[in-house]
Amino acid sequence: MKLWKSLLAATAMAAVAMASPAQAEDKRIALVVKALGIGFFEAAAKGAEEAAKELGGVEIIYTGPTDTTAEGQIEVINALIAQKVDAIAISANDQDALVPALKKAMDRGITVISWDSGVAPEGRQLHLNPSSNPLIGNMIIKLAADHLPDGGDVAVLSASATATNQNTWIEEMNKVKDNYPGINVVATVYGDDLADKSYREAQGLMQTYPDLKAIIAPTSVGIVAAAQAVSDAEKAGQINVTGLGLPSEMAGHIESGASKSFAIWNPIDLGYSATMLAYNLAAGNAEAGPGAEIPMGRMGTLTLDDKNEGAMADPFVYDSSNIDDFKDIF
Amino acid sequence: MIPPILKSREAILAGAILVLVVAIASRFPAFVAPANLVNVFNDTAPLIILALGQMVVILTRCIDLSVAANLALTGMVVAMLNTVVPGLPVPAILAIAICLGALMGLFNGLLVWRLDIPPIVVTLGTMTIYRGIIFVISGGEWINAHEMSDAFKAFPREVVLGLPVLSWIALLVVLGFVVLIGRTPLGRAFFAVGGNPHAAVYTGINVGQTQCAAYVISGALAGLTGYLWVARYAVAYVDIAGGFELEVVAACVIGGISIAGGIGSVGGALLGALFLGIVKNALPVINISPFWQLAISGTAIIIAVAFNATSSRTKGRVILKKAEHAA
Repeated sequence: MKLWKSLLAATAMAAVAMASPAQAEDKRIALVVKALGIGFFEAAAKGAEEAAKELGGVEIIYTGPTDTTAEGQIEVINALIAQKVDAIAISANDQDALVPALKKAMDRGITVISWDSGVAPEGRQLHLNPSSNPLIGNMIIKLAADHLPDGGDVAVLSASATATNQNTWIEEMNKVKDNYPGINVVATVYGDDLADKSYREAQGLMQTYPDLKAIIAPTSVGIVAAAQAVSDAEKAGQINVTGLGLPSEMAGHIESGASKSFAIWNPIDLGYSATMLAYNLAAGNAEAGPGAEIPMGRMGTLTLDDKNEGAMADPFVYDSSNIDDFKDIF
Repeated sequence: MIPPILKSREAILAGAILVLVVAIASRFPAFVAPANLVNVFNDTAPLIILALGQMVVILTRCIDLSVAANLALTGMVVAMLNTVVPGLPVPAILAIAICLGALMGLFNGLLVWRLDIPPIVVTLGTMTIYRGIIFVISGGEWINAHEMSDAFKAFPREVVLGLPVLSWIALLVVLGFVVLIGRTPLGRAFFAVGGNPHAAVYTGINVGQTQCAAYVISGALAGLTGYLWVARYAVAYVDIAGGFELEVVAACVIGGISIAGGIGSVGGALLGALFLGIVKNALPVINISPFWQLAISGTAIIIAVAFNATSSRTKGRVILKKAEHAA
């Protein structure tokens, strides 16, 4: 595994180093993602390109390591510093490990913002949250409750037990679950974001809780695996799989009825907003600081809190009525 | 006196599995319902198939770390093929998957045989290469359920005589291996090469060629499993079956296949895979904290291996059977 990681990291770095030399007047904005090859981030890159087109004179460098490690991202960041890009917008694999490398970038005059998955405040100028944790926590249980007018047992299938994002959302969900009378959260299990383990965990849930009415999976691997497990058990229609997923990956399961609806913030909007923010900071149009309002094009403005963080919007709900419009996009 | 058959590694392992199942049933009785046992066997089928392939490789003193990457690459190729040519019949897909897997196994085998590179290095390298190729051909994109044709997805789930096709394939592979290991010259050659390569040369066995054959078999089975895996979970992406190669090796080791080569049996590999499969399937239903699950799986592996090590410690080799009985 180590060899595989380092080889690929080296390849990724070579790719960064070989990225096309930009014209002097262009602003070059690097969109650094957790790992290449994840649909969500590919969609964010599309949004970034859209923003670049709208702004004009902006070149987007879409890059990242090949697997979700902080070391891989540090190598990518160092390569970007060497290339003297104007701004780095990063979705971090580790909130602390990247700080020294990003500080170095800021010392060289590079604008650094984090989006999606944040970096500690000293390692970036601002952080763009796709949505806020309370909004997401509320959304995932609401999705389950909407299809259960009479209430019933629901279970949570998360990623790994140590995943910060998922744990925060589940915590927020538990805070508001009393607003949904009759909805009974019976268990939380962990599929480690592996298709086969998530599938097995979903099967386990169906066995342990014969009256289960919904599975909430706030992870894109988990929701697909759970939906497949429900279809295979011929319980589509009886058990509703919901949570956070991508339209392209969930289209088949919406069609089969294993999932009635699910949500995700729009990654295209997210990439777009991150690029707009990075551009405005790099061009000196705005200054990041508590209370600052920074324009982000068609997405309105981002208001920063005292930790220089801001939330973009509510998660967006996908169901059979709109899935076909989005499944080919991301 | 305990009859020798009950002292064999396989019997001990089968006993351990039985104890395990009883222990699980005491906490969660529904686990032993026939329908669930069928599920567990079906879930373990890919592991069984791969463990048998790995077994012949390990028998010849080699190791194949590229099985999971081979599986993932074949899975991705057939999934992509299916999106381009949705009408391609399943037998053709199976043939393509097996051939592609065998080709990748052959590549491993030739490097080990012709260039004499240590097997662990070869397969560590090809593991990276195969995963890398998936990334290149797919551009990192997922192939999702709605992009695959229904026939493609339905094949491993089709129920025949109470068992899904996936399980039947595993049973057929087991049967094939019983014949291969017990009834063919190649099967004997695997043991000869692993037991004592120098002696094998004197008996006219080509050591490198035999090792290469083992890799081809392991690769072909990985390819076959690649299609079954992708069709079963209805999704193909770069990381599918990530780290599965270690589970496959663990199943072999638990099954009493000596990592030093030359010792092992089809029954052992089968039971080793079943043991891991039961542990993996039981943990989610008996309500154990996820933080403990990994530790429990790991402990089970070490206990099983330690058990095997002590039970296989012989008091010296018996050369003359008659003398043993006389004594």
